[in-house]
Amino acid sequence: MTSPDLFSILARTPVPRDLELPLPLPEPVLTVLLVLLFLLHIFFVNLMVGGTILVTFFEILGLRRPRWDELGYEIAKTVTVNKSLAVVLGIGPLLCINLLYTIQWYSANALTGHAWLLIIPLVTIAFLLAYLHKYTWHRWNTGRWKQLHLTIGLISLLLFLAIPVIFLANVNLMHFPSEWAKVKGFFSSLEPGNVFPRYVHFLLASIAIASLFMVGWFGRKSYPIERLEGFTRPGLKRLFLKGTAFPTAAQFIAGPLLLFTLPKVGITTSLYQVILAGASVGLLVTWLLFREIRKSDDHVGNRYIPICFLFSLVVLGMGSGRQIYRQAALSEHKQEIADRTASYESALAEFRATHEATDTEANSKPAGETLFANCAACHAPEIQLVGPSLAEIAEIYAGNPEGIVAWAKAPGKKRPQLPPMPPFNHLGDEALHSIAVFMLEKAGK
Amino acid sequence: MDFPPYYLDHLAGGRLIIGLIASIHVLINHPLAVGAYPLLVFMEWRGHKLNRPDLDQLAYRITFVVFLITTTVGALTGVGIWISTSLFAPFGIGSLLRVFFWGWFTEWIVFISEVILIMWWFLSWKKADTPDKKRKHIRIGVALAIMSWITMAIIVAVLGFMMRPGEWSQTRTFIDAVLNPLYLPQLLFRTSFAFMTGAVFIWFATFFFTKGKQGGARSWVVERLSHVVTVATIATAIFGIWYWQAVPESMQANKSVALLSQQFSHWHDKYQWILGATVITFFLVGVIGVTSGRLLPRWALLIPTFLGIWMLGHFERAREFMRKPWVIGDYMYSNGIREDELAFLQSEGILKHATYVTHREVTPENRIEAGQDVFMISCSRCHSTTGLNGVIEKFTTMYGEESWNDDGMMLFIQNMHQTRTFMPPFPGNEDEAKALAAYIQSLRGTGETLHGAQTVGIRLPEPAPSPPPSPKD
Repeated sequence: MTSPDLFSILARTPVPRDLELPLPLPEPVLTVLLVLLFLLHIFFVNLMVGGTILVTFFEILGLRRPRWDELGYEIAKTVTVNKSLAVVLGIGPLLCINLLYTIQWYSANALTGHAWLLIIPLVTIAFLLAYLHKYTWHRWNTGRWKQLHLTIGLISLLLFLAIPVIFLANVNLMHFPSEWAKVKGFFSSLEPGNVFPRYVHFLLASIAIASLFMVGWFGRKSYPIERLEGFTRPGLKRLFLKGTAFPTAAQFIAGPLLLFTLPKVGITTSLYQVILAGASVGLLVTWLLFREIRKSDDHVGNRYIPICFLFSLVVLGMGSGRQIYRQAALSEHKQEIADRTASYESALAEFRATHEATDTEANSKPAGETLFANCAACHAPEIQLVGPSLAEIAEIYAGNPEGIVAWAKAPGKKRPQLPPMPPFNHLGDEALHSIAVFMLEKAGK
Repeated sequence: MDFPPYYLDHLAGGRLIIGLIASIHVLINHPLAVGAYPLLVFMEWRGHKLNRPDLDQLAYRITFVVFLITTTVGALTGVGIWISTSLFAPFGIGSLLRVFFWGWFTEWIVFISEVILIMWWFLSWKKADTPDKKRKHIRIGVALAIMSWITMAIIVAVLGFMMRPGEWSQTRTFIDAVLNPLYLPQLLFRTSFAFMTGAVFIWFATFFFTKGKQGGARSWVVERLSHVVTVATIATAIFGIWYWQAVPESMQANKSVALLSQQFSHWHDKYQWILGATVITFFLVGVIGVTSGRLLPRWALLIPTFLGIWMLGHFERAREFMRKPWVIGDYMYSNGIREDELAFLQSEGILKHATYVTHREVTPENRIEAGQDVFMISCSRCHSTTGLNGVIEKFTTMYGEESWNDDGMMLFIQNMHQTRTFMPPFPGNEDEAKALAAYIQSLRGTGETLHGAQTVGIRLPEPAPSPPPSPKD
C-alpha cells in the first residue's frame, strides 16, 4: 500500500458526534460490567452452541450404537434451557456496549443491517427447531422419521453455527472505523479485522466449555446415571474431560492465530501481558485436564472444582484482553468524537446565547406577520401552493378580513383539484383577524 | 445524522418492522405471559386442593403451549425491539437508554428471573409428586406470575415516558419519568386486558385438549374462567375509559392544532368504538360462559380474540401517533434532531454538521445529490421515496399530477410543521430546503430506489472531510 492511499483511507475515518446526554454510570463501572456480563452471556452461548454440536455428534454416533443416542438426548435437554439463558443474559452486555460505544456499536449494526435484523427470525427458528428436536426424540426414532429428526437437529445446528458470525462481524467491525467506508453489505463487513480466527477460537471454546459443563452435569451424585444404559459415571466424566482437554489444547494454535491476525491498531504491551497471563493459566489447566483423564475410575474428575476455577481465570483473562484491545483500538476515535462533540456543543451554546438576545427583536414584528407562519405552508403571496395565493384570496376578500376569519374557522371545499383546508379555530378570533389583515396588506403590495 | 442510515425504501423507511416486531411481542406477552401464567397457576393450585389430577393435567398441557411460544417468539421479539430500534433510530434508543438505564437494568434482572422461573416451573412440574413438592411447585408458579407482571409494569413506564415526559424535561430524573400522567391508567388497562385475553386463550385451548369430553375439567374451566373474563372485561372497560380521558389532556401538551386534532379525533372516536365492541363481546362471552357455558361453541371465542388483537394494535398505534413529532417528548424529534439545536441547524445548515453526507454545502451542481443527503437525514426515519408513506405520494396528494412548483415546495417544506404538527420542523437552511425540493422533483422523474448504508455503504465528503467547522465561519 502506497502512502497516499493510506492517507486517504485514514482521512476517511468518519468522526461523528456523540449523543448529548451523559452516561448513567461512570465509564470504568460500565466497562467492568460489560466484561463480566458479557462473559456470563458467552458462557451460556457456549453451552448452547457447544451443546448442540455434542447433541448432533452423539445422535449420529447413535445411528449405529443406540447408547450414544440416549446420551445425545440427555444433552439436548440441557440445551433447551441454556439457550433461553443465553438470550436473556445477552441484554445486559448489549445495554453496556450501547452506552460505552454508542457510535461504534450502532454504526456496525447499521452497516451489517440486514444480517443484524435477521438475527431475530433466525434465532426464533433455531429455538423452535431445538424444541421440536427435543420433544420428538423418542417418537421419531425409526427409519425415515429418524432421518427427519436428524435433519431437524442438523438445521438447528447450522443456525446455531451461523448466528454467532453475525455477532462476531459486529464486534469486529466496531473496532475499525477507518474501514467503515469500505463496507458495502454484510459479507464485505467480514473483510476488515479477523472474524475467521475469532470464530475458530469461539467454536473451540464452545466445545470445551460445554464438555466441561457435562463433566459436572453427569458427574454429580444426584444425576440418575442408570438412565444411560452402557455408560458409567467415571466413563462419562473421562469422556467429557477429553472433550474439554483437546479443544483447549487446540486453542494454543487458534489463540496465537487470533492474536497475530489482530490489526495493529489496538495492540499494546498490556494486551500481551494479560493474554500471556491467561494463556499460562490455560497451559496449567490443559496439563491438569490431561492428568485427570489418565486417573483411575475412583479418582477421575476429583479436581473438577479447581479446574473450573482455573478455567474461569483463563476466560476472565481472555475477556479482559478483548476489552483492553478494544479500548486501545478505539481510544483515538473516541477522543476525536469527544472533541468534535464538544466543539459542536460549544458552537451551539454560543449560537443560543446570541440568538436569545435577538429573540426579543423578532417578537416585535407585527402579530399578523408572525402568526402567518401558520398559513405559509400552503399559501404564498404570488403562487399557488397547496391553497390559493394571497393575491387570489385578496381578490375574493378585498376589504373583508372577517370573511377570511369565518372561512378559516370553518373551511368549506371550493376547489376540487386542491385538498381541503383544515379548520384553525384553535388560534382564536383575535389572532385570525390580525392574520387576515396581514394577508390583505401583503397582497395589496 | 451521526449514524450510518439503515434504510428500507418502500417500507416507510423500515419503521414498520419495529411496529411488527413490537406488536407480535405485545400480543404474546399480554395474553400469555401476564394473563395466562397466573391463571394456569390458579388451575394447578385448585387441582391440588380439590385433588383433581384432571385439572392439573390440563393446566400442564396448556402450559406446554404457552411455554413454547413465550420462550421462543415471545422472548426473541422482546430482544428484537432492541435490535430493530438500534437500526432505525439509534439516536432515540441510545438517548432513552441513557435516561432509563436503571429502569431497563432492573427490568433485565426481573426478565432473567422470569425466564429462570418459567423453565423451573414447567420443567419440574412432573417431578412434583408429593404434596410438599407440589406446594413448593405452586409457589414457583406464583413467583413467575409476579415477575411477568413486573416486567410489563417497568416497560409501561418507559412507553409512557416516551409519550409524555412530564416533569422529566425540567428535572431529568428517573423517578419523574416513571410518574408520568399516563402511567397508571395504561398499566391497569394492560393488566386487565391481559387477564381478559389470557382467560379466553386458556378457555380456547381447553376445548382443544378436552375434545369430545363434556363435563369434568372442561366445565370447571368454563365456569371459573368465564367469571374471570367477565370481571376482567369490566376492569378493561373502566381503565380503558380512564385512559381514553387521560389522553386528550396529555395531547394538549403537544399543542394540538388543525390536522393533528382532526387525525386525533378520528383515532379517538375509533378507539372508543373498538373498545366498546371488544368489551361487549368479551362481556357476552363471559356472561354466557357463567350462565350456560355449554352453549358456547369453540369458534365463538375467536371473535373476541380478533377484536382484542385489533384493539391492542390500535392502542399501540396511538402511542406512536401521539408521540409525534417527538421520539422523546420536548427533547428530540423523530428524525433525531434535538429541540435545542433546531434553530442553530436551520441557520448554519444541517449538511455542514452532518457526518454521513457527500457534500457539506449545497451548490447548483450538487443540488440533487445534496438533496438526497438532506432527505436521508431529515425525512428517511418515517418516509420512503416512492413507496409507503412516500414523499412523492404526499406531494401528489397536495399538488396533483401537474408540474410541481419548486419555490412552492421549498416554502411548504420550511413551514409544514405549523399546520402538520406531527411533523418535525425542517432542520436545514433555505438552500437545503431547495436541494430537498430538487431531489424530490428528480425522484418524481426517475422513481429511483434509495438505498441505505446496509447495502451501498456510507457516504463521506470527497476527497477528504473538511476539518470540524468553527462556529465563526
